[in-house]
Amino acid sequence: MTRIADAVTGPFAPVRAFFRRHRSLGIFVGVALLSIALPLLTRVPPFDGIQSTNAWVNAFTTAAIYAMLAMGLNVVIGFAGLLDLGYAAFFALGGYTYALAASPFSGIHLPFWPMLLAGGIVGAIFGVLLGAPTLRLRGDYLAIVTLGFGEIVPITLMNADKFTDGVNGIGGIDKPSIPGILQFTLINPWPMYGLVLVLFTLVMIMIYRLEDSRLGRTWDAIREDELAAESSGVNTVIAKLQAFAVGASIAGIVGVVNAAKITIVTPDQFRFAVSISALAAVVLGGMGNTIGVATGAFIIYLFQSILLKQLNTLVENFNIPVLNQIDFLEFQYVLYGIVLVLMMLKRPQGIFPARRRMREFAPLKIGKGGLK
Amino acid sequence: MLKARGVTRKFGGLVAVNNVDFEIPRGSISAIIGPNGAGKTTFFNVIAGIYAPTAGTIELDGKKLISPPTGAGREPILLVLPTIPFIALAIYFLMAVGGDTGLVEGVASVAVALLGFVSALLLNIVRPAWYNRFIKRIGVTRPARPNDMVAAGLARTFQNIRLYKSLTTLENILVGMHVHLRGTLLGALFKTRQVREEEAAAEQRARELLSFVDLAGMENELASNLPYGKQRLLEIARAIASRPKLLLLDEPAAGMNPKETEEMTALIRRIRDDLGITILLIEHDMRVVMGISDHITVLDHGEKIAEGLPKEIRNNPKVIEAYLGRGAAAGH
Amino acid sequence: MATANVTSASAGRLLGNLRLPIGIVLFLGISLPILGIDQFVNALTLGAIYALVALGYTMVYGIIELINFAHGDVFMVGSFVAMFISSSLLGAEGSITNVPMLAASVLLLFALTIAVMALIGALIERLAYRPLRRAPKLAPLITAIGVSFILQNIIQFFFGPTIVTVPQLVPIEWSIQVSGSRVPLLNIFVIGASVALMFALQVFISRTRTGRAMRTTSMDRDASSLMGVDINRTIMITFLIGSGLAGAAGVVHGLYYGNTSFALGFQSGLKAFTAAVLGGIGNTAGAALGGFIIAFIEVGASAFGYGRWGGAVVFSLLVIFLVFRPTGLLGSHSGDRA
Repeated sequence: MTRIADAVTGPFAPVRAFFRRHRSLGIFVGVALLSIALPLLTRVPPFDGIQSTNAWVNAFTTAAIYAMLAMGLNVVIGFAGLLDLGYAAFFALGGYTYALAASPFSGIHLPFWPMLLAGGIVGAIFGVLLGAPTLRLRGDYLAIVTLGFGEIVPITLMNADKFTDGVNGIGGIDKPSIPGILQFTLINPWPMYGLVLVLFTLVMIMIYRLEDSRLGRTWDAIREDELAAESSGVNTVIAKLQAFAVGASIAGIVGVVNAAKITIVTPDQFRFAVSISALAAVVLGGMGNTIGVATGAFIIYLFQSILLKQLNTLVENFNIPVLNQIDFLEFQYVLYGIVLVLMMLKRPQGIFPARRRMREFAPLKIGKGGLK
Repeated sequence: MLKARGVTRKFGGLVAVNNVDFEIPRGSISAIIGPNGAGKTTFFNVIAGIYAPTAGTIELDGKKLISPPTGAGREPILLVLPTIPFIALAIYFLMAVGGDTGLVEGVASVAVALLGFVSALLLNIVRPAWYNRFIKRIGVTRPARPNDMVAAGLARTFQNIRLYKSLTTLENILVGMHVHLRGTLLGALFKTRQVREEEAAAEQRARELLSFVDLAGMENELASNLPYGKQRLLEIARAIASRPKLLLLDEPAAGMNPKETEEMTALIRRIRDDLGITILLIEHDMRVVMGISDHITVLDHGEKIAEGLPKEIRNNPKVIEAYLGRGAAAGH
Repeated sequence: MATANVTSASAGRLLGNLRLPIGIVLFLGISLPILGIDQFVNALTLGAIYALVALGYTMVYGIIELINFAHGDVFMVGSFVAMFISSSLLGAEGSITNVPMLAASVLLLFALTIAVMALIGALIERLAYRPLRRAPKLAPLITAIGVSFILQNIIQFFFGPTIVTVPQLVPIEWSIQVSGSRVPLLNIFVIGASVALMFALQVFISRTRTGRAMRTTSMDRDASSLMGVDINRTIMITFLIGSGLAGAAGVVHGLYYGNTSFALGFQSGLKAFTAAVLGGIGNTAGAALGGFIIAFIEVGASAFGYGRWGGAVVFSLLVIFLVFRPTGLLGSHSGDRA
């Protein structure tokens, strides 16, 4: 409503204008089309040769989970401009919440659906817990504190073995079910695919609504000029705390889904690399651009889990002497680092720049020339 | 309207503002003048809640909002005291890791403790009225923050314009209206009817404000793309969007050509006359100051050296000395 | 009344000046009987390593207000460079008992590692940070994270994810007797070398022209640029020194622990950063002090059987300090300057 109403042109002008007005519907239709098209695409060469359709669907599900994570992180980094480097911790907390609530380890078997909400609440609580003492600090201090938090949570999960079974993690987590209608299984990836895509759609709609709301404007203002925002009557600490809580609760919810999907949580799944991969997706896709970030996550995930894996089999098949020794999957971590550095140096606004970030990073070029 | 009593602000050994008493009547246009480095902007920042005063108080509309912080040493106690049960439970938790406490009890104890801790922190940040009363009773006072001052009816502009550059002019105004909008996080998520109606009304009012400052038709222009003079206008519009009782303008006519200056003067008058907002400004351009102000205060070296009607100030020997003395010294 | 105030003020100032030395003496005096001589020396040694790394954080932060996330990994790379030099170049497999030979090797090891790491540090600054000098604050921070991640994974790629053995050139059997306890000469050497380096740094910063340029740049970059200070050169030198010290810390770590791993930089980096914050970020003496405090806390925690919670304690300390005293123990850079 308050966005720039760019003139809509091109062959599909009426369609695009319609979805601009009804964005939630647009997201719903878009994701629905994509969710049908993707599995169909995997039956076509060359994709059908790589892995079975079920394996593809499973991979898409994981990619969508990863994309939700990146979208949640984008609320914190892209909207509010707060560098959160411990995002995986909230993901872990969501996962362990569900694991403790529905596994043989705890002996409790609560149903899946309310636990989605619980995961979100746990995430939000920890987000506030971490944010409340630290959000008054300058941004770079926040980065290091979140980094520490992201480190402490897995350590605690590993050491508190009484509650978490330590390094072994908690296995045998219950799969979701719709009583009497549908039981999710490990063999059939389709129900989980559907569930994750529905969640994905909801998360995206919610994030877009937030971005356009009073709160979204407040985040923009804080990111641009915190003192001016305060002088416009914004309580900046509360607004930042809200961004933190929203991001953390998304991670919490996604953590629950992820735990239900793979039925095991271990401290090792939530290492620093997870936070960094989400950060890489945000930076690659374009900070502040929700769809861009989701796409960035999708690109990174498919690149690392399909392309690098393929490279391994390819090299093995051809038996090339030196390359044979290399596990290309290990390259994914270096890849995150390279994405971060190169994007910041060469294209800080990301592949799909958000309208605002584009302008914000624009002075960069002038700065280089020595102009102040 | 605004009463400042004995306001002092020190930076280390430097006294930027020294024991200034100051009062502006409702509906007036007042000005603070003085040579460079006289402490005008510091004084402004104290009034706006950006700097806490070293001494003195500020009242707006009879409400004492700003005074030096007291009991700062006791502040950590406010956080730590509610945290002690948390720490106790955490230690219990640590023991339990190696001990034989049940899983559910352990997790629950940690959860309860965390909830307690979070609420202590949140109280300290959100500070509802009863909390403020409570901490006052134990001797802790905190000066109002800039956002509290806005809520109390004060708005300001900055000497070096501080717009949200990558937002549109309309969005800049909407941020300015922040304190009067009620849309909550959940309201935004579910896009309730209340939120939609409020946003539509806000947008309508923002457009009116834009035409009030002659920026109609530029709603979707990015703030950074506006020419300098229009950026000043937008910043003023953003400030009055919070419906202040008192508007602080920090050098509104700086860097403007004579025609723009004239328009600015007219706008300031209209803000007072049409919107009934009391105005306090800092300005270097004497024509603006003398032409527009009902009342002038002169600061030099952080102290008030004169105040009165424009014509009194013009002939005040102290004021002339402050300006000329400085000028003569600079000439050497 | 006025006189009384003045007197009490000057007494207060005197107390303020003495607070630090008194505090240090008290701290050491209390921890020695609690920890016992072995753990005490152990803590001092670990503290020396943290202090060397913390110096790099604090210097860079002081001068360009960037938390150089990659610094911990520079230290880690330093330990690998030291490992490579002593095992491949010097061909050492264990300790060297021939004293002149040992002295020459250790000197060479220090010199080479410091030189290599200083170059790597300056290279990182030139390639990754300098282009972003005027960019929004988030950009260099994200770049630093990226560099950190690249360094970690390059090392992991070449040396594997497991712990790598480093030749301990100084024989661990050599020791002296202190009140009935055996104190290895190695520890004394490590502490001595680190303290000497820190002392040299202090002299450099306070006495030389370049040191003065560094101090003025950290106070006001634009002003000192107008005064004729070559900002780029000064920042480059800061990175050279900081990374060189991290390299030295890498050597020391290898000599003392006899091993290293690709993950070393991340954890130690976090602790060293905490040390820098503890001492007052931007303050070099504070960073050294903070390093020792962190080490004592960590060693103390493991001496009482809470070793695996040591990290959590250190991190909580970081948060507490950032919230309640962002200027650290010794002050300097204001913590919440916008």
